[in-house]
Amino acid sequence: MDMYTNTVRIKKMNKGKSSVNFRRNLPLHIMLFPGIIIALIFSYTPMVGIIMAFQDYNPFGGLFGSPWTGLDNFRFLMSLPDTYSVIWNTFFIAVLKIIASLIVPITVSLLLNEIGNYKFKRITQTIIYFPHFLSWVILATVFIDLLSPSNGAINSIIKAMGFKPIFFLGSTKWFPFTMVLTDIWKEFGYGTIIYLAALTGIDPTLYEAAIIDGSNRWQQTIHVTLPGIKGIVVLSMTLSLGNVLNAGFDQIYNMLSPVVYSTGDIIDTMVYRMGMIDAQYSLATTVGLFKSLVSFVLISTSYWLAGKFAGYRIF
Amino acid sequence: MGRKIRISKSRILFQVFNYTILVILTLACLLPMVHVLALSFSSSAAASSGKVGLLPVDFTTDSYGYVAAKHEFWRATLVSVKRVLLGMPLQMLMTVLIAYPLSREATSFRSRNIYTWFFIITMLFNGGLIPTYMVIQSVGLIDSIWALIVPGMVPVFHIILLLNFFRSIPRSIEEAAFIDGAGHVRTLFQIYMPLSKPALATLILFCAVNHWNAWFDGLIYMNKTENYPLQSYLQTVIVQRDMAEITTADMFSLKNISDRTNKAAQIFLAVIPILCIYPFLQKYFTTGIVLGSVKG
Repeated sequence: MDMYTNTVRIKKMNKGKSSVNFRRNLPLHIMLFPGIIIALIFSYTPMVGIIMAFQDYNPFGGLFGSPWTGLDNFRFLMSLPDTYSVIWNTFFIAVLKIIASLIVPITVSLLLNEIGNYKFKRITQTIIYFPHFLSWVILATVFIDLLSPSNGAINSIIKAMGFKPIFFLGSTKWFPFTMVLTDIWKEFGYGTIIYLAALTGIDPTLYEAAIIDGSNRWQQTIHVTLPGIKGIVVLSMTLSLGNVLNAGFDQIYNMLSPVVYSTGDIIDTMVYRMGMIDAQYSLATTVGLFKSLVSFVLISTSYWLAGKFAGYRIF
Repeated sequence: MGRKIRISKSRILFQVFNYTILVILTLACLLPMVHVLALSFSSSAAASSGKVGLLPVDFTTDSYGYVAAKHEFWRATLVSVKRVLLGMPLQMLMTVLIAYPLSREATSFRSRNIYTWFFIITMLFNGGLIPTYMVIQSVGLIDSIWALIVPGMVPVFHIILLLNFFRSIPRSIEEAAFIDGAGHVRTLFQIYMPLSKPALATLILFCAVNHWNAWFDGLIYMNKTENYPLQSYLQTVIVQRDMAEITTADMFSLKNISDRTNKAAQIFLAVIPILCIYPFLQKYFTTGIVLGSVKG
């Protein structure tokens, strides 16, 4: 093959006539085809179901036979006091989780970074990462047992110290914090590994320069380490913006009980109850639509912000 | 020279403090599972009176005997195994088939951006629980194991991960393959896939673990309990019954007392697969995070 033919072929690969391009790229379209179909059926078709939020849906009439009620469902929901407490709970728990899931992993990764012993570091990382891989069904059982006010291990310790047992999962005061704490327990290992990886990316000569200038470890942390991971921290914060309405259905559903609905019920658990248990399809869809819309705005904004300030591109 | 570097007292103090905190955190992550293991090997009397700490009290394998005979447990386990064995390869196949075209340059594959947005939109907005359920119902997948597999077959997050990985492979390789007469299919399977082994291994593991841990879809899409995967089964049998314990401070039902060790045994058995693969493949799990950088 001479150079001329090769160059022409590369050029054709890149631009060329549309028919040549299409023929060469036909396999690509075919590869994408099944994925498109699946996404169309299971991701896009449900979007049509949003109409139910504007109807008084009944299964016999179906989508096109149910009476149109316009914004009535929305008005009804806004008149329910529960709606507001549910939205507030979602927001409260989610924001607490986001803040804690930034502070704890960063702190732990800074601490871990100071450890010289490689083996200790590896073993610690392995162990703290482990809870991430357990399902909340398993962990809910473990925690319901551990946090039991009657014979749970935690309360046994509390009682031994002379205090009264705490109803971690049964008191409206404690429930949100229990959710946040158990979630941190499960996920801090994951974040720690990310930040540790970022820490190893900091230029060591910066530390050397700081030492020469006479700074101690603490000053080094403030002036070299923290600025060094600023990029990833900002990125984390920005991306988590999209999660502000996801307070953690998997976790909360498995540890929620009617006693703590006032502070523990979140949007997703309410949608589940309304739709799957009470069969109030229209109302459940309305709440779900509200959440999807707000999430859409938040996630899109967060990706846009991440792109602008941290140079983050999805693709 | 024999000069030692002087370590300041405060540094030593800090390191002691540091190690202590880290050990406490590590134990905090380990001990709950150790406690569950201990419970599973204890007698139910000891368990219900709260005597069991980190070691079994009145060692007995009765609870495991109970679980061994409980055929619902094993039936659900089988469903989960089926789900992982069917779902993971299919999901991986879809991930590869979608990530490759989307990783091509927009200059040579002009529809790339449209396709990419098509998939990304599904990440940004979804129809909600009820409409999704209705779609699955109208497609006739209720009570079928495919309801647990097909909807999740297009994991956009994994696709993005793999697509970024494919992008990092130099374009000259694709060009060289093209010059040699390879079409896209060949290039994908004979060049890109072998080069992506670490990324693929990581995705395979995450896929498998996610399928093993999934419980909600099994719960809502299966009407017959014999179709429940393991985690859904555990959810109905253990978590739902445990709700009673949360609010009572003193006596709880006799059934719950004797159940505690049995529950512990079932829990522990459900965790064993993860326990087994995790230490050996931990390397892939950790590279996986760094590959995907931060999850949104």
